[in-house]
Amino acid sequence: MSAAWATVIAVGAGTVVLKAVGPVGVSGRTISPAVERLLELIAPAILAALVMVETLASGRHLVVDARLAGVGAGIVCVLARAPFWLVVLCGALATAGVRALQ
Amino acid sequence: MAALGASFGVLARTAHLDALAAIVMSATTFAGSSQVAAVSVLGAGGGIAAAVAAALLLNARYAPIGISVAQTFRGSVARRLAQSQLVVDESWALSGGNRRVLLGVGTTLWFAWVGGTAVGAFAGQAIGDTGKFGLDGAFAALFVALLATQLTSRARLAVAAGGAAIAALLIPFTPPGVPIIAATGAVVLGWRRA
Repeated sequence: MSAAWATVIAVGAGTVVLKAVGPVGVSGRTISPAVERLLELIAPAILAALVMVETLASGRHLVVDARLAGVGAGIVCVLARAPFWLVVLCGALATAGVRALQ
Repeated sequence: MAALGASFGVLARTAHLDALAAIVMSATTFAGSSQVAAVSVLGAGGGIAAAVAAALLLNARYAPIGISVAQTFRGSVARRLAQSQLVVDESWALSGGNRRVLLGVGTTLWFAWVGGTAVGAFAGQAIGDTGKFGLDGAFAALFVALLATQLTSRARLAVAAGGAAIAALLIPFTPPGVPIIAATGAVVLGWRRA
């Protein structure tokens, strides 16, 4: 099996379980507010890390390249409250544009 | 949601997911940011374990979200299992605990998400050089947009800043994928804040 399919199946199965925990598993019970809070804070931490890695990492090296223009365009779009598709399009166009100029 | 699905479909190509794999992932996982995270880590050479860990850590929030709406689900285990898969951030936020709204919005979003993925995945197969089209920069921009939806409190902002710092510091010293998983440690920055 390819790495892509292995990832698709593992992420799919794991997510089915995570989503089912409440409605199927613990219906009527609650978890501690501290644990709940901890679980909800994971997403912002990982998404911020993904921004850094997708912008600056090339393997194990920190590099500044055309992707910085893409993330800059993305930030401008988000501040202007643009929809997701426009953020992605602007990110791609800015990156491709700067790369073409180099 | 359809447009975000299309974006995922195109970006999946950078991690060598063919159109079928991208569509199957959208149909079964149905959680946008985790899917983009998984293909991002795979595409960066992070390996299967890191890609799966990053995606499932992102989806860990569905445990408390599911518990918060658990009371609204009725019927057999199979029925509740199927319906629980329709819980995503948007359907949960719009429902306010109303089961009909939750399932209605969830179903609509599921079709938009899977359909959008199919369009994006087939369009993506026509793209030869993904770098030339700036798809790597599009990933970073999309993660900025997904992160922005999560920054709803000072605690979350502090955690995001910490996660970014941890990742940037670790990139030169660890294999790809590790900086993203390690960033989870930043949750301690927000845990104690009210």
